[in-house]
Amino acid sequence: MTLDTVKHATETPESAQPWAELGLKEDEYARIREILGRRPTGAELAMYSVMWSEHCSYKSSKVHLKQFGEKAPENDALLVGIGENAGVVDVGQGYAVTFKVESHNHPSYIEPYQGAATGVGGIVRDILAMGARPVAVVDPLRFGAADHPDTKRVLPGVVAGIGGYGNCLGLPNIGGEVVFDACYQGNPLVNAGCIGVMKHEDIHLAKASGAGNKVILYGARTGGDGIGGVSVLASETFDDSKPTKRPAVQVGDPFQEKLLIECTLEIFQEKLVAGIQDLGGAGLSCATSELASAGSGGMRVELDSVPLRDATLSPEEILMSESQERMCAIVEPQHVERFMEICEKWDVIATVIGEVTDGERLEIFWHGEQIVDVPPRTVAHEGPVYQRPYARPDWQDALQADDAGKLPRPTGGEELKQQVLQLVGHPNQASKAWITDQYDRFVQGNTVLAQPEDAGMVRIDADTNLGVALATDGNGRYAKLDPYAGAQLALAEAYRNVAASGAKPLAVSDCLNFGSPEDPAVMWQFAEATRGLADACQTLGTPVTGGNVSLYNQTGETAIHPTPVVAVLGVIDDVTRRTPIGFAEEGQLIYLLGDTREEFGGSAWSQVVHEHLGGLPPQVDLERERLLAEILISASRDGMIDAAHDLSDGGLIQALVESCLRGGTGARLVVPDALDAFTFLFSESAGRAVVAVPRSEEVRFTDMCTVRGLPATRIGVVDGEEIDIQGEFSIPLSELRTAHEGTIPGLIA
Amino acid sequence: MTSRIGVITFPGTLDDRDTQRAVGLAGAEAVPLWHRDKDLKQVDAVVLPGGFSYGDYLRAGAISRFSPVMETVIEQAKAGLPVLGICNGFQVLTETHLLPGAMLRNNHLHFICRDQKLRVENASTAWTADYEAGQEISIPLKNIDGRYTADERTLDELEAEGRVVFRYLDGNPNGSLRDIAGITNAAGNVVGLMPHPEHAVEPLIGTGRTDGLGFFTSILKKLVGA
Repeated sequence: MTLDTVKHATETPESAQPWAELGLKEDEYARIREILGRRPTGAELAMYSVMWSEHCSYKSSKVHLKQFGEKAPENDALLVGIGENAGVVDVGQGYAVTFKVESHNHPSYIEPYQGAATGVGGIVRDILAMGARPVAVVDPLRFGAADHPDTKRVLPGVVAGIGGYGNCLGLPNIGGEVVFDACYQGNPLVNAGCIGVMKHEDIHLAKASGAGNKVILYGARTGGDGIGGVSVLASETFDDSKPTKRPAVQVGDPFQEKLLIECTLEIFQEKLVAGIQDLGGAGLSCATSELASAGSGGMRVELDSVPLRDATLSPEEILMSESQERMCAIVEPQHVERFMEICEKWDVIATVIGEVTDGERLEIFWHGEQIVDVPPRTVAHEGPVYQRPYARPDWQDALQADDAGKLPRPTGGEELKQQVLQLVGHPNQASKAWITDQYDRFVQGNTVLAQPEDAGMVRIDADTNLGVALATDGNGRYAKLDPYAGAQLALAEAYRNVAASGAKPLAVSDCLNFGSPEDPAVMWQFAEATRGLADACQTLGTPVTGGNVSLYNQTGETAIHPTPVVAVLGVIDDVTRRTPIGFAEEGQLIYLLGDTREEFGGSAWSQVVHEHLGGLPPQVDLERERLLAEILISASRDGMIDAAHDLSDGGLIQALVESCLRGGTGARLVVPDALDAFTFLFSESAGRAVVAVPRSEEVRFTDMCTVRGLPATRIGVVDGEEIDIQGEFSIPLSELRTAHEGTIPGLIA
Repeated sequence: MTSRIGVITFPGTLDDRDTQRAVGLAGAEAVPLWHRDKDLKQVDAVVLPGGFSYGDYLRAGAISRFSPVMETVIEQAKAGLPVLGICNGFQVLTETHLLPGAMLRNNHLHFICRDQKLRVENASTAWTADYEAGQEISIPLKNIDGRYTADERTLDELEAEGRVVFRYLDGNPNGSLRDIAGITNAAGNVVGLMPHPEHAVEPLIGTGRTDGLGFFTSILKKLVGA
């Protein structure tokens, strides 16, 4: 086969090209020809196809995402915002923290183990590329129905992949979620988040500047795995009629990634790089074009110098390969020798593949012949932008009219008790220990809180006890009923979780999982959710620092529930003041904070007991969320509470069961006069938390709530070995533990 | 002069920095040692920390045993240098035959991370003198290849000579024969175990218990007293 050089492309304008097979639309192909003034070479076409994919270019979502910038609240903590590999926030004492959540949904359905494993690998490299040492990971996961046979294939594979990769990197896994819903049957959501820590002066950016600086590719050799992963796999709907897509899933090598992390951190320490980018989706096409586009000047790359795992790869394949565990650094010539020494120390292969030029083009050569000559911005940052049509679906009104308040409610203590056991034993509310016990949560020796706590928390300075907390939340059922409110409720819950742990919420990352943008109903959900999230971030003062959009999560015509997953990062000056969820001290008083209304739309109770989804989600009151958070943080700092648990899906009873089982104590409760027992236990009103207050602190605590205007109701006392709701029912802890902890192992085994 | 305890880093070692911190908390000086370097920098004792050295792709610990640093460790351990192998470090010690037996994949085939109760069976080794025989402690366990195995004769020997140092309590987490969690050599200077004492040295971190600190105070007392 003749090499398709720039010269050859110019001479053969009419050659047919496989743009459609590469996932490009006809008008997109026409635009590439217009930009170049000729037909693209095969290599150029490969680069544009992956970089202009939905996954890399955000072409459908961009017009909505810009609200996160436009509505960004004033926030002094933000050091690096949207657009880099990950956002960076100032957490004080000279430290900066970078964090981000990403999706690896499509690959994880095709090949659960490798899909999930490389999802962890990718987010960790994003964090590393900012100059930070990765210190923790979290994994929000969503699967199809718990009892569906395919869930038995996907879930264990995903969990083993996350564990197999993450455990081998030495990163504690401190949180996340596991949700089951039939809507995710063919489209499991495998999101992965990572936190990294650095000093302010160590922040690195992805840009290539300074003519003569060397472009160094280091890490694993490039192979044939993951070719077209972003364009063919992540940007299309699954369809049975097409051939298997397994070769488009990458294969991970966590040992190589561990070496890459340590090697890169040592390189950072000696200040040897001028710019750096990890290789993830779209591989070298992405790294070279983004580095060149963000810097000044151009770049020249000798593609045949790239170390290969498979010598038969074509230049197009090398450019598109998504082989894992690779990084690309821009290094001044005088630092190259030392850079190479450090790579050799860590047994990491490093190769100079090109240099920064004073031109304006990205030029790539193959054995001396030019195969790419493009303006890098047109590849990396000036891709197509779509104003996709969107419209409120015609079924939305009927869905909202189907009020969950009309569902039959339990009558009498015995029925309440049965529904409590049903709820806490349902896969969504059950203990996820079978899953999280397959992840190392202790490594690095800084884990303060991990699952099943409200937020994960790690210490970042052992001398001062400075720490950070992270919670991720999302509720697709709420978002289906009202995407605007659903996104806000996801933010509110993560915000509340961080505050319940004692940390002050600072900033947000999001992973927006939706169906096909080509469906106006899905696009409406997306538009509403982004608008809701941007508005709420503005109100709460927590800017979105970055994140990821995953579209085409649908099978045929059926999309998943709109599922915005929101991660909130918080800071705590002294981790010894953290608040756990467990009720550990008998005699302590249990207070319910916030207002409880009759809110059952989208609730766990309506799902577990009635398999119902309809009505409206709980109402959002962001000012109340902020007040609740301030109270929780003050109470934690001043030692007024010993335990706190946010109330979300499953309502008060779910939180009580978790706090009692975690602490190994029972609780005696009284239904407040203003509420009926059912609403008291099962309502999912937002802006609430339950806390355990030592008797000596009761006056001080309630005075603070009264002064600040937060409703605080004394509902009981930590006591005994059962949960007793006076006059209604009582359940021994042992029975609750069996119901809560037996479910997941029973499903998978 | 304070005691110097070396902590080896192999490619893929994960718990080296945690172990260094634990050594420091016990009052000793942690000395980082590098797998390619035969020189032990005149340390008074050595810890082989946990992780997945060389990715454990061949067999846990199978490649690390051939590293230059291990040549010196094997030689000096035979001459009495105190050596502690934790998790992957224990696996390396069995591969070197400083300790008998081997680790197989957990009987349930999963990675398991949990707080694990142990009984200290032998409180006279270099690394357990600060405990009492029969004492129960809880420290984190986290591994996928943690099922201790050896032939019956070796097991009987270990039992007869009091060389089973730790036994799992409240449920064997991985199918280890005779609930063995850790063992020592005949001289008592080389100890290996699967659970992680270095993750249980501070009241707030991890499980919130400090049951693991005794490993590091034990060796320190021995070194200072010697």
